[in-house]
Amino acid sequence: MKLQKSTSLALYSVLEFAANPGRQISAAEIAAKYGVSTHHLSKVLRDLGRAGLVDSVRGVGGGYRFSGNAKRLTLMDIIELFEDISSRIDEGGVPEDASEVEHALSVVLSEIDEIAKATFRSITLDTMLKLIQRQRQRRTEAAETPN
Amino acid sequence: MKETHPPAPGVRRIRPAQPADLGQVIDIDAAVTGLKKNDYWYELFHRYGTSRTYQRLFLVAESEGTIEGFIIGEVRDWEFGSPPCGWVFGISVRPGARMAGTGTSLLEAICQGFRRAGVDKVRTLIARDSALVLSFFRSQGMMAAPIITLEKALD
Repeated sequence: MKLQKSTSLALYSVLEFAANPGRQISAAEIAAKYGVSTHHLSKVLRDLGRAGLVDSVRGVGGGYRFSGNAKRLTLMDIIELFEDISSRIDEGGVPEDASEVEHALSVVLSEIDEIAKATFRSITLDTMLKLIQRQRQRRTEAAETPN
Repeated sequence: MKETHPPAPGVRRIRPAQPADLGQVIDIDAAVTGLKKNDYWYELFHRYGTSRTYQRLFLVAESEGTIEGFIIGEVRDWEFGSPPCGWVFGISVRPGARMAGTGTSLLEAICQGFRRAGVDKVRTLIARDSALVLSFFRSQGMMAAPIITLEKALD
């Protein structure tokens, strides 16, 4: 499963906001951090705003601020705002006249999609922030360990 | 796991399950699953609750005489070729007592028991559509194990 660019940008942004609740962060700041176009990111942030996940703050020093619940929002909640990742079988992705091989392959790919979806549904933003924190801690410990 | 002092009022304590707890454990399970499985729980208690081996754990969370939740697990050796590790195969918290850290306390307690048994890894198995339980274990830092479960219908 490959996520679309807008979905990835939305996930990066929401995690940045959730890691800094209350802080206003500009689109330019996030765009610079992830090396992406501010124009594209602004569109994603507007969509997140319409979904009620961020508040936009206008004026000097303005930007966006997290307004969701990090303990409740899952990765799937964000992904579904930007793309439909319903399974191939749900979509009826294989035409009736497809070959037996295509049907069998579709079953296997659908199995992979179902696992991916269950994973996205089970990971909240809060859990992601804890995972990031653990990885940071491991890197710090590894850097401090003499060879 | 022995408690020598009674807990202060309102304080949750985690302790091994006792026969007198079973009625409340059955009620919690029935409230969550919709099935009252008396025989199953008495059999489970016989195997895990009264176990003399430190490898099997059946713990409850109690607050002022009320059982708020339970957890069951054991250390399994070389199952499917895997080095000994702790397996949690049952955890539940009374619906009205959730979001208060009971599940976290139960998991921490059983992990402590597993550590005492000499293992350094804990695993569990969860239905893919159990989003709530999956989210709980994920929030505790658990990640996908290098195991894939398979099944087939027996025609």
